[in-house]
Amino acid sequence: MSTYSLSDGLASGAPRLSRAPLLAIWIRDSGVGVLASIAWIAFGLSCLWWEDVGDWSRTHSLGIAAFVIAAIALFGTVGVDYLGAAGQALHKRAPWLVALGAFLTVWEVATAKFAWLPLPFFPPPQAIIEVYTDDLPKLLDSVFASVKLQLGGYLIGATIGFLTGISIGWSRAVGYWVHPVLRFIGPLPATAWLPIAFFTFPSSWSASTFLIALATGFPVTVLTWSGVASVTNAYYDVARTLGARPSFLVLKVAIPAALPHVFVGLFMGLGASFAVLVVAEMIGVKAGLGWYLQWAQGWAAYANMYAALIVMSLLCSGAITLLFSIRERLLVWQKGTVKW
Amino acid sequence: MVAAALAEIATHPAAGAALDIEQVSHAFDIDGAELPVLSDVSISVEPGEFVALLGPSGCGKSTLLRLVAGLDKPKAGRLREDEERIRSPHPSRVVVFQDPTLFPWRSVWDNVALGLEAQGILRSQRHRVDAALDLVGLSSFRKAYPHQLSGGMAQRVALARALVNDPKILILDEPLGKLDSLTRITMQAELVSLWQRKGFTTLLVTHDAEEALVLANRVIVFSDRPARVKADIRVDRPYPRHRGDPYLADLRRQILGLLGLDATW
Repeated sequence: MSTYSLSDGLASGAPRLSRAPLLAIWIRDSGVGVLASIAWIAFGLSCLWWEDVGDWSRTHSLGIAAFVIAAIALFGTVGVDYLGAAGQALHKRAPWLVALGAFLTVWEVATAKFAWLPLPFFPPPQAIIEVYTDDLPKLLDSVFASVKLQLGGYLIGATIGFLTGISIGWSRAVGYWVHPVLRFIGPLPATAWLPIAFFTFPSSWSASTFLIALATGFPVTVLTWSGVASVTNAYYDVARTLGARPSFLVLKVAIPAALPHVFVGLFMGLGASFAVLVVAEMIGVKAGLGWYLQWAQGWAAYANMYAALIVMSLLCSGAITLLFSIRERLLVWQKGTVKW
Repeated sequence: MVAAALAEIATHPAAGAALDIEQVSHAFDIDGAELPVLSDVSISVEPGEFVALLGPSGCGKSTLLRLVAGLDKPKAGRLREDEERIRSPHPSRVVVFQDPTLFPWRSVWDNVALGLEAQGILRSQRHRVDAALDLVGLSSFRKAYPHQLSGGMAQRVALARALVNDPKILILDEPLGKLDSLTRITMQAELVSLWQRKGFTTLLVTHDAEEALVLANRVIVFSDRPARVKADIRVDRPYPRHRGDPYLADLRRQILGLLGLDATW
């Protein structure tokens, strides 16, 4: 990518004869990309140079993969002008590629090659790769079970919380009855209900769904309610003078005005429900990533635990990203919204 | 474009309505104590008149407007629009508030469409929204969001949102109060020409004597709280009026005298 502009040349009054500035520009633009490539070559070499201290089947493939990534980084850097958006994306992430390559190299050397970190507890990268390739069906089953449970509970909780929040905010009578209940039960961590839920509900699945819905519902209710309560009367006055009926005031004034608050509640609920999900899966549900973690620990399969943790964090982060993009879509009218 | 917009709106003639305010008194309950804000106010407004309500700030003018709009009910007295009791808000009486109070989650077009949507007639009357936007000269901003507009533009959108309903009585609660002086003068001229072309009855609350005199047929001066009618002044001058008109300057001196500010003049 050349940022060399015409005016530079004109301002200097003479054609540039020295090649030094060009080199400087090239290093500035492409140096990080080349460095990224070097970092990944180092990782690849660290995999292949020494013998493993343990017995891992994917060391060789991992080394090759590292070289492939190094090659992509190098070609992407050299050919950035021809690659369009993909090239730009790579360019932007080059510093992270350097950091990642360096981290993986250190990790590889410290575990698989010289065992500076105690071994069963700190598996090398190839051990985790091995989990993904060899234990994939079980891991996928767990992911599917977790997503199903989480999604069901979250949607139920968010819907009920939203409707409850609107009703409390809108109707004095509903507020009178629901508010004290909310104050009494709401702050209780949903996990405190675990023992009771697991013997009162017909199945562990329904018990967990209930708990996830509970964890989600409380923040969503409170924030939806506060959102509705904080809508200024001026909006209602305007709508009323224009002929709005009560249903219009709720659907077209109160709800859209409260939506930014609702999303804060949805985010808080999401965080809380992740915690409940994992705990419920570790204790009662015989499926899902929480259960997989527990199971892996039972077998002292530490690589599986790390592998499951990585998947779990990807899922949680993906869920938050999804919620953010929905919010961005619905709240385009807000300026300067927080980016994820 | 404006001509086309006017032709469009002319197909929905909105002549002004008469407004009768009869012995209206009102009070607020503040911590159990009753705070009187309006005391025995009677005003009779002819169809198509432009009446300015002038008074010290906090005297209760805006309260009177809320009663006319039907947003609040008076403690005593009656308000009638064309002989019919005012009991609740109705789109034939539309208010433009001091703050534009546009809905920030709606685009300019959707804000203007609000009244028609609330009445459930938007689907067949979409052209009226376009016409109202043309009328205030903001057609090219139809997709903008309120936070992208300047204060004057936002107030214009609020005006379009009111006018799209073809009100018989347009209620203006210091709509130009927060605008800079240049925008204000432009908007005053626009208000007069809109009123002249469409013929609605206009009620304008202001605390600016000059604004009242440049715009209105009739200026009603209120006393301090609780507001009583102190003077009812006809302003028989043709439009467009000149700020420097000696007749208006004289009236202004009188009005400021009524408001207890004669010492400064």
